[in-house]
Amino acid sequence: MPNIPPQFGIFLFIVAAAVLPLVFASGYQTFQLTMVVIYALSVLGKNLVTGFGGQVSLGQGAFYAVGAYTAAVLMDQWDVPYWATLPIAAITSGLVGLMLGLPALRLGGLYLALVTFALAISVPQLLKYKAFEGWTGGVQGIVVSKPDAPFNLPISSDSWIYLFSLAVGVVFFLAITNLVNSRIGRALKAIRDQPLAAEAMGVELARYKTLTFGVGAMVTGIGGALSAIAVGFVSPDSFTIALSLTLFVGMVVGGASSISGAIYGALFIQFIPNIAEEISKAIPGVVYGVILIAVMFFAPGGLAGVIANQLRRLRAARVVGTGRAPS
Amino acid sequence: MVAAPMAGALMRVDGVEMRFGGIVALAGVSFDVGHREICGLIGPNGSGKTTMFNCISGFYRYTVGDISFEGTSLKGLPRHRMIELGIGRTFQNVALFRSMTVRDNMLVGYHFRGHTGFLANALRLPATRREEAEAGRRADELIDLLELRDQANLPVGGLPFGWQKRVELGRALIAGPRILLLDEPAAGLNHGEVDELGELIKRLRAHFDLSILLVEHHMSLVMRVSDRVVALEFGRKIADGTPDQVQRDPEVIRAYLGDGDEAPHG
Repeated sequence: MPNIPPQFGIFLFIVAAAVLPLVFASGYQTFQLTMVVIYALSVLGKNLVTGFGGQVSLGQGAFYAVGAYTAAVLMDQWDVPYWATLPIAAITSGLVGLMLGLPALRLGGLYLALVTFALAISVPQLLKYKAFEGWTGGVQGIVVSKPDAPFNLPISSDSWIYLFSLAVGVVFFLAITNLVNSRIGRALKAIRDQPLAAEAMGVELARYKTLTFGVGAMVTGIGGALSAIAVGFVSPDSFTIALSLTLFVGMVVGGASSISGAIYGALFIQFIPNIAEEISKAIPGVVYGVILIAVMFFAPGGLAGVIANQLRRLRAARVVGTGRAPS
Repeated sequence: MVAAPMAGALMRVDGVEMRFGGIVALAGVSFDVGHREICGLIGPNGSGKTTMFNCISGFYRYTVGDISFEGTSLKGLPRHRMIELGIGRTFQNVALFRSMTVRDNMLVGYHFRGHTGFLANALRLPATRREEAEAGRRADELIDLLELRDQANLPVGGLPFGWQKRVELGRALIAGPRILLLDEPAAGLNHGEVDELGELIKRLRAHFDLSILLVEHHMSLVMRVSDRVVALEFGRKIADGTPDQVQRDPEVIRAYLGDGDEAPHG
């Protein structure tokens, strides 16, 4: 077999991710996969801030909520087409992230974690707040209708939303991959590893920390906006601190300073709770906890590291195999 | 005793005073570093060497006095702007980006030359590829020069200490500094490695045409490579001259060995 460039593998993965669910998955399963894409994007934003940027954010769910509500309010109040809500949701969540990036400059480590935690706690209450009720719908939330497939494509609404989300997800995963492998990504990792040395090398800490917070919030916010479109409903209780913690779990389980880790983490937070519930209806939380501990035990650096190692071993084995018996 | 300040010194330290609470760490120290000069800064523990170093590199903010580089005052200059003026540095005990490869560490040293931002790099616009190619060429030159080719793509955290020091030199040199500030580069090296380091320092000056300020405990290294040596004690300058002059200076001998009657027989 000739050498296959890694890009080809990624291309195959994207094609398979796009086509297979249309053929094999039920409507509900397709919806679940859509949520995986959405979570993957949201965790990716968090990885950028925490994994690559080294800034602990416990409030990533707040940016998700900002994105989701921006999309929902725009569709509900002004009949903005669903696809046009994404760039606006990106801007609003990005701006909220930038604003939070400012205290992030002064607060390090645990204090920053607390501030972002406070943000995550206050978001559901702000969404219920009387003054904003005209827009947010208060405790009732906002119901939006799910978009149908355009151009009379013979696919269901769920399938279309899945493909749409997948396309958005692919674009952002490629963009963030580029970013992480560029001079910007190196600067972020440099700040994380050795802030003083990074500064001496000409990296302006303030600028990079703030912008990273903004970009990470934007990516997570886009995930939120897609969730509003996919679920067709937003309400304050969907965006509690539990959401932030779920994204945190996704980040750690997948591997915080890894791009692909966001996907593994998303699969985990989407499917493991269901599996836990199938194992025991009475104590699903306990089962989930045990699985979580087991994963951390066997993959202490996150699933991405373990999976990358296995792939490398497979590839090495194949090279040895073909060397002995050329086909 | 004091060598006359060279006309048009590259860097001029002028009456710098630094206090921590009631303690005077530097009591008005002045000296110059000339173009292409290797200047050693010595002194017993607690004499203010490292404090001086941190004042020059902007990590401490001194209240009195001034430090200028090519006539521009460095006082209050943000630390991340030092490198673009031509001031490069290494750290005591090495401060590398441990999770990153040797090559990536060096590329961070070239960061300040780039102008492309988040968006351009996320989209990999042509400008970013040009920048990346140029930075890559510079990094490869230094990797060759420092004989790190086989390690270029290894994470730097796993390398032996001596090699890490070379990587750190490379990271400082890639920027093309006019002056290189070395903070105890011999710390943690064995005898042979210290000798190599001395040769390397001289080679770097010749190859990159730069000045070097060497803050160092290791006396024989300083005396061997320096053109000029500045000696501090208790935050004051006690000698400033050629290595020979400084070595024979009674003040320096007293500072290092104590007063005549308690000095060990040497």
